[in-house]
Amino acid sequence: MYPADFRYTKDHEWIQVSGSTGTVGITDYAQHALGDVVFVQLPQTGAKLKAGAVLGTVESVKAVSEVFSPVSGEVTEVNSDLTDAPEKINQDPHRSAWLVKLKIENPKDVAALMDAKAYQEYVAEKEKEQTA
Amino acid sequence: MSTPATAETRKTALNSVHRRMGAKMMNFGGWDMPVEYTGILAEHEAVRRRVGLFDVSHMGEIEIRGPRALDLVQHVSSNNAAKLAIGQAQYSGLMTPRGTFVDDLLVHKISDTHYFLCVNAGNQDRDYAHIAEHNKFGAEVENAGARYSQIAIQGPRALELLQRFTKVALAPITYYWFAFGDVSGVDCLIARTGYTGEDGFEIYFSPEHSEKMWNALMDAGQPLGVAACGLGARNTLRLEAGMALYGHEIDDTTTPWEANLAWICKVDKGEFLGRDVLMRQKEMGVQRILAGFEMNSRLIARDGYAVLDGTREVGSVTSGGPAPFLKKNIGFAYVPPKLSAPGTPIAISVRGETAPAKIVPAPFYKRAK
Repeated sequence: MYPADFRYTKDHEWIQVSGSTGTVGITDYAQHALGDVVFVQLPQTGAKLKAGAVLGTVESVKAVSEVFSPVSGEVTEVNSDLTDAPEKINQDPHRSAWLVKLKIENPKDVAALMDAKAYQEYVAEKEKEQTA
Repeated sequence: MSTPATAETRKTALNSVHRRMGAKMMNFGGWDMPVEYTGILAEHEAVRRRVGLFDVSHMGEIEIRGPRALDLVQHVSSNNAAKLAIGQAQYSGLMTPRGTFVDDLLVHKISDTHYFLCVNAGNQDRDYAHIAEHNKFGAEVENAGARYSQIAIQGPRALELLQRFTKVALAPITYYWFAFGDVSGVDCLIARTGYTGEDGFEIYFSPEHSEKMWNALMDAGQPLGVAACGLGARNTLRLEAGMALYGHEIDDTTTPWEANLAWICKVDKGEFLGRDVLMRQKEMGVQRILAGFEMNSRLIARDGYAVLDGTREVGSVTSGGPAPFLKKNIGFAYVPPKLSAPGTPIAISVRGETAPAKIVPAPFYKRAK
């Protein structure tokens, strides 16, 4: 379910690192919790983000949810397909519905994030709380 | 996101059915309720085009009986219940002495000496206390919520679905009328009412039959494209249909004039709680009025966002969100009366961004009759 080559945040973002570039999205858990996504607001290319800063917003029918940057870096690309098809975030959150690509400032930011196994456990714990 | 059911949250008789169906649950007015089953958009669409089932057993029921039952109903509510025939229902406001809303409600006239009120879940105990407190007529007031489950069957195919389970002829029950009858072997109050802007029925019955009733309707509804619908779709449907939600468009600080509900405020009917204040406000005019608006962009207005006239904050959004069927972003807001005419440009402050919008007539959506 959660790709082994991604790293994850407690706020349910993922990042896939390739060289100095990180591709960022929200997790399947996040899209499911949000419900039908109807609007996405993303930063401009060139925006410089600190780790933990607001990267954009994803809105479902019911709610607005902020997305936080998993690492510090500069936005090199945004997924403009999502403007007209925000529902892709529900359909394919880990692949085609990536949000932005970042030039990673410090690889140590990545090392601090959860790996797939840790995230899976983190999510399982959350789900247990909810059905208790 | 679903939240755990705690000891304090109340559950309808269908709670375990919702959980088995994998619904996302939330606390709504103290009740553990389904928000969505398959998704708000799909559920909304099902109601507009086919039929949807809602467990609305959290709604409260209050029954008023006795020779002076009508006097009590008239005293606490803003609409004119004296106009009701037996078997007829009306939308009304439960009023404070200040002319503001304790709640909004449906008043059903069962007989000259028996009125059946349907009130909001989160308000039912407060409503009951309020009515009891103002009962100077010796009427019998019963807080009857625990004695009823309520299922709403809504959508263009609602009649077709429900008719399979009852010998009561449903077509002659016109909008805002009701009848008593057997549905799937269970005694029901069958009302042609709803909170979606579609044709449909709301049935009230004894809770022990809830699972049987729900499952029968769901099963028979499959070929009709039925969807189980949660409170998420209930909210988008009512907003699109221009209906008020207590705690949003109306509360104990808003009057019927302000809420654009003059049609349920009959000051000529005689004395009722808040009437003097309301007559004065009618004469003086209101400082703010509820108006519908539509966003000019993809930005979505949400509850509580500021309404701007230029750069000045002049009001606030009471309900805002996407209108899934109209494919627009809409909302209700309180604005100064001079800005309330359809076509007037306004703006909504969306997280610091000034998003242009315009006033439009409500309801936003009207079904073809």
